[in-house]
Amino acid sequence: MRLDAKIPAGPVTQKWDRHRFELKLVNPANKRRYDILVVGTGLAGASASASLAELGYNVKTFCIHDSPRRAHSIAAQGGINAAKNYPNDGDSIWRLFYDTVKGGDFRAREANVFRLAQVSNLIIDQCVAQGIPFAREYGGLLDNRSFGGAQLSRTFYARGQTGQQLLLGAYSALMRQVAAGKVRLFPRREMLDLVVVNGQTRGIVARNLVSGEIERHEGHAVVLCTGGYGNVYFLSTNAKACNVTATFRAYKRGAFFANPCFTQIHPTCIPVHGTYQSKLTLMSESLRNDGRVWVPQNAGDQRPAKQIPEAERDYFLERKYPSFGNLVPRDVASRNAKEQCDQGKGVGETGLAVYLDFADAIRRDGRAAIHKKYGNLFQMYEKITGEDPYETPMMIYPAVHYTMGGLWVDYNLMSTIDGLFVLGEANFSDHGANRLGASALMQGLADGYFVIPYTIGGYLAGSRFPEVTPDHPAFAETERQVQAQIAKLLSIRGRRTVDDFHRQLGLIMWDHCGMSRNNAGLEKARGKVQELREEFWKNVLVPGGERDFNQSLEKAGRVADFLEFAELMIVDALARQESCGGHFNEAFQTEENEAQRDDANFCHVAAWEFAGDGRAPNFHKEPLVFENVHLTQRSYK
Amino acid sequence: MSKSISLTLKIWRQSGFQGQGRFEIYPAKDISSDMSFLEMLDVVNERLILEGHEPVAFDHDCREGICGSCGTMVNGRAHGSLKGTTLCQLHMRHFADGDTLVIEPFRARAFPVIKDLVVDRSAFDRIIQAGGYISVNTGSAPEANSLPVPPADAERAMDAAACIGCGACVASCPNASAMLFVSAKVSQFALLPHGRPEAARRSRDMVRAMDGCGFGNCSNHRECEKTCPKEISIVNIARLNREYYKASFISPES
Repeated sequence: MRLDAKIPAGPVTQKWDRHRFELKLVNPANKRRYDILVVGTGLAGASASASLAELGYNVKTFCIHDSPRRAHSIAAQGGINAAKNYPNDGDSIWRLFYDTVKGGDFRAREANVFRLAQVSNLIIDQCVAQGIPFAREYGGLLDNRSFGGAQLSRTFYARGQTGQQLLLGAYSALMRQVAAGKVRLFPRREMLDLVVVNGQTRGIVARNLVSGEIERHEGHAVVLCTGGYGNVYFLSTNAKACNVTATFRAYKRGAFFANPCFTQIHPTCIPVHGTYQSKLTLMSESLRNDGRVWVPQNAGDQRPAKQIPEAERDYFLERKYPSFGNLVPRDVASRNAKEQCDQGKGVGETGLAVYLDFADAIRRDGRAAIHKKYGNLFQMYEKITGEDPYETPMMIYPAVHYTMGGLWVDYNLMSTIDGLFVLGEANFSDHGANRLGASALMQGLADGYFVIPYTIGGYLAGSRFPEVTPDHPAFAETERQVQAQIAKLLSIRGRRTVDDFHRQLGLIMWDHCGMSRNNAGLEKARGKVQELREEFWKNVLVPGGERDFNQSLEKAGRVADFLEFAELMIVDALARQESCGGHFNEAFQTEENEAQRDDANFCHVAAWEFAGDGRAPNFHKEPLVFENVHLTQRSYK
Repeated sequence: MSKSISLTLKIWRQSGFQGQGRFEIYPAKDISSDMSFLEMLDVVNERLILEGHEPVAFDHDCREGICGSCGTMVNGRAHGSLKGTTLCQLHMRHFADGDTLVIEPFRARAFPVIKDLVVDRSAFDRIIQAGGYISVNTGSAPEANSLPVPPADAERAMDAAACIGCGACVASCPNASAMLFVSAKVSQFALLPHGRPEAARRSRDMVRAMDGCGFGNCSNHRECEKTCPKEISIVNIARLNREYYKASFISPES
């Protein structure tokens, strides 16, 4: 199978307009004849559900939580980018496009990124009209701030709760359509498999998490908005329910998985503090606007921060990157923090932390100004650590935060299975090998509000749909497989809990397929993951029953998929013999320890095709063509 | 610095909507004071599983105080007694060695128990469906800066919009009223020019939906405000009442 990204012809600035014109339309009266299943209710899923329902489609929306409002988009803090250029500081659609491609270390598709930048402004209009209380200037107009990796102010924000407010906006639009009868909502449901009939996506099999019943849902298209797979590391900033199951099961049904090794490690998280720890907490990187990152100049300096004189501190980001300073992109900031800690300069009880110091900002702007900007973040930090960041510098350390890889999609956001669309973090398309700050919210909403409403119509209008009901043999067979896996998990009754396995998997991945990687480590990790997976299926202990609210069983299914998916990440990392963005292979670095790309051999998307259990996946390549952005070594000096 | 404490937990166990609940007593030994409350429950659950028992079911997700999934009563207080804090952000350093903690689900007629500490809060979604939105279809929005909003109004709207929909206000109200929840959403939109066109209908319909879901009314106990993890003020309830009266007596829509 040849991968065709279906990128429209013509100059990049005109591709989307032209494509929108060329896409077939579904007659308004016919839209109600189409059933669309949307899985997930984060920014992408909620905005897609609402927008498709407004157009007249029948939408069924599935959410793993008790309410769509709880999806993990809610935890995004910093903001959302748009090319409005309100501050008059030189921004434009072209610049946002350029920055995003460069920030992604030239491993994203130009056409998709340009479209993202184009619709960014519409998103802000939409969100403001929904009543999202963005920060405003004295005159009542919208305020902007600069944000990690950008040299201008293009980020819109609502205190430190931008994700919450944008999600609640999309959620309210979704609820409006539920009230209008155009969306049927299925809360506390987990998609466990995809139903494909003659190469066409026709439904899903889901588990009702309250009753334990397995349900069959049919439709004309499925839109996966199920987020990223960062929890493969066990410890990440993702919410506990975030998982790879929906996208991984789709992969096993024929959807290609693209660039799974591209994971983002976020530099400003609260350091790990104990073996019982269940998750990591991100501190918005907006903190880097005013906080200064430093470590003691001398390794092993155990003095408290305040007793270390200015001359014996190393503000390593400002020193190494004078023009970007503390605002270098996330991958660069993370790797540098690790490097300092590896040299023995790390601080705190574990030595795995660096300081983020606000003393200068408080002296300059006053405590009140800092409180206004970051009050909730400071409060959160104090609650977790018991330390007051107004008085002592924060301690931060990188943590897994976002996954750029995801199911492969074409320009229409359709996967390699007809009728299976993938939006938001669940797809791979816009962020390349590294995502810039305030771009995830932008992409989730771009996909849901302004891309899928057009492209899904093109698919529906151009396809034939033989009648498929839930009694179809494909549904029966898929359900049988789902039931068999559940029965197997419950029957093992071994000696180790699901979390125990998950933690061990996480450590393997963090040590060998995390912030920096090498071939020997990756090979070793692959063996360890295989061994762990084997043990899991012999020794996992899942209490309780099938027809019940059973959180252990839910977790067991997710970890079973993580144990397979982890190997795919490792395979992808091994295949990519270069460094780029979040994928840093130690063998490929510049003299200054920056990621060294190999554009001659790896300027492509790696898309993996499932080849059967126990068999190596098939590799497919989508070459990336850069016609508008000149490939350069990223430099933030 | 972290230290280790041991506690006695009295936890509500209930098998389902119809099941009879009861308290069970579990020891929680060697708990690090750096753990969050939910991590403490994780540790207890891991031990229960290994001993061949079913773990305690509880809702949780983001574990950073923003998704609103978690929440139980701890010694009679929703989310425990630390002000402005969700259960997931409550750390064990606030408890002393030897403490006994009574842990129960949020209780209200409109929040039936699903299992153990998990309750069904879908009534909140039904209230939002009744009017907790601004009617603007995708694509029809005017340019974002076409309508200036005085920053003070935007700030007060944001104060109200911070609600995470956890239900602590309902659980702590003697009337099991959802007025703080409803008022937060009504206020957010009432304070913004974008929300004014539907303000009357919104307040009227959301209050009706609240009544219909089986929540009680407000009689100014102020327990909701005291317990709200996002410290939403009952000033919003006063604003809701004004909006509601305007809707009932003045609005041509009523």
